[in-house]
Amino acid sequence: MENVATYAELGKYLGAGLACIGMAGAAMGVGNVAGNYLAGALRNPSAAASQTATLFIGMAFAEALGIFSFLVALLLLFAA
Amino acid sequence: MATEESTGLVFHPMDQFIVRPLFGDGPIHWYTPTNVTLWLMLAVLVVWLLFVAGTSGRSLIPSRVQSMAELTYGMVHKMIEEVSGKEGLRYFPYIFTLFCFILFSNLLGLVPKSFTTTSHIAVTGVLALMVFLGVTILGFVLNGTHFLGLFWVKSAPLALRPVLAVIELISYFVRPVSHSIRLAGNLLAGHAVIKVFAAFAAIAVVAPVSILAIVGMYAFEVMVSVIQAYVFTILTCVYLKDALHPGH
Repeated sequence: MENVATYAELGKYLGAGLACIGMAGAAMGVGNVAGNYLAGALRNPSAAASQTATLFIGMAFAEALGIFSFLVALLLLFAA
Repeated sequence: MATEESTGLVFHPMDQFIVRPLFGDGPIHWYTPTNVTLWLMLAVLVVWLLFVAGTSGRSLIPSRVQSMAELTYGMVHKMIEEVSGKEGLRYFPYIFTLFCFILFSNLLGLVPKSFTTTSHIAVTGVLALMVFLGVTILGFVLNGTHFLGLFWVKSAPLALRPVLAVIELISYFVRPVSHSIRLAGNLLAGHAVIKVFAAFAAIAVVAPVSILAIVGMYAFEVMVSVIQAYVFTILTCVYLKDALHPGH
């Protein structure tokens, strides 16, 4: 019985670590949004200021899925 | 695990988020004054200081505090107008309150030895849920059943619409989750990272690097605090726009 508990504990930590891989996806997403914004802004700087709100909304949506993976890690560590 | 002697970590990075009663060590009931209550009230006090006490002069040439208050007011006003349109300005008081409260809760959390209230999903969850409920009720009151057009994408081919409706429905109900966890998660992660670096400062060899890293992270956290308050508010505006003008 002790072994089962130990393996469950081990699985929790492994799962939390694996969940962090999801953050790579969020990093790519946010980088993509910011990079494309910059590329567009350098081509047409006069239109850039009006699009910062869109930039932040796009970043927030891309980031949300990375936050979900963080949440999964937290749930595994502290709630499971 | 972090309290082991060999690693040199003297405190756990998550210790800063423990809710403790202010007086004594008794059990925590819903009416117990805790550190969360204290810092929530301090956030309200700071908002009051800036917007009521700071602008009480009402001078034509604003003082420094007054112009800070005016700049914040103007920024949120412009944001709502741009994102949700002129009709959105009716809900300006609520959105402005949200922005100020979250901004100062975030910033007060950066004071050393303080408590970050917005790092708790219990706090941000209530804020996000209020926005979600408010926007949903508003959408049905203003548009009636037309509000359901939000889930029925007219521009898509008819065969795809039921599939899209399911996806839209899921993404609608996941909104309060992502809305609240984004704010809490960002602050939680940032503060935990600062504490991890702080733990390494006890080891003499890496102390200079770790202290520099804390300074860098702290500056980054100030930026994150402001940006996350901004993002929370701007998403509220986006959701409000959906309620005011449903349909794609």
